[in-house]
Amino acid sequence: MSLEAVQTDPEGYLANSDDWSEELAKELATQMGIELTDEHWKVLNSARAIEAESGSSPGLRKISKRSETPIKSIYKLFPDGPAKLIAKIAGIPKPKSCL
Amino acid sequence: MTDSGTEKKRSLSVICSKGSFDMAYPGLILANAARMAGVDARLFFTFWGLDIVNKKKIDHLHLNLVGNPSAPIPAMIAGLPGVEALATVQMRKEMERLDIPPIREFVEMLDDAGADLYGCQMALDMFKLTKDDLVPQVKDVLTAMDFMDMSEGAQIIFI
Repeated sequence: MSLEAVQTDPEGYLANSDDWSEELAKELATQMGIELTDEHWKVLNSARAIEAESGSSPGLRKISKRSETPIKSIYKLFPDGPAKLIAKIAGIPKPKSCL
Repeated sequence: MTDSGTEKKRSLSVICSKGSFDMAYPGLILANAARMAGVDARLFFTFWGLDIVNKKKIDHLHLNLVGNPSAPIPAMIAGLPGVEALATVQMRKEMERLDIPPIREFVEMLDDAGADLYGCQMALDMFKLTKDDLVPQVKDVLTAMDFMDMSEGAQIIFI
């Protein structure tokens, strides 16, 4: 599904998780000024995996641990609100965690 | 994306004035939430709040049970020696179970997240402390007026 056709909620999170694809993630990231590298993917895949397992969209602390990416690096990879950006690009709901 | 370029970036100033274990967390959590959401965040540690970033005290903050109507045990018992320490140990365990980081780790996390931490000059003077007594994540020591200047246009939270 292309960027134009995809539906999001009012805050910009993907409305239907089935719409997500790696291609779409790349387009979403580009739109946010981020070019996805392997390091980005490690973080995004970890966020997706946690969400799939627990049914709850994770905060940065869990993502950092799972992806073995330090918090500091996550802020460099996804500047300007990493928790929101990661969830949006990974096609998962707004994080339910405060950490 | 809502960034229009003309819109001023949101920013949050948190003033931490309490040094008990339970009152240390709200400010840290709010500042962290701000950073995760892309909001600039700075924290000002003043009076007892300095304990949160005091090298000697950061790992030993205690719950405040006496005079706290939410305390789960009667005030008479809460005031007995060692009771607050014991309750603090219990709460630390519970927080560990929920994966909430200890204060020191939380302060490091905030620094990594790009939040700015400041000590209050007057409080330092009052407690006969210097910047060297504070954890290295504290960027600078400021007067209240400096902090106000810095907080121009920011949302301010006092804890």
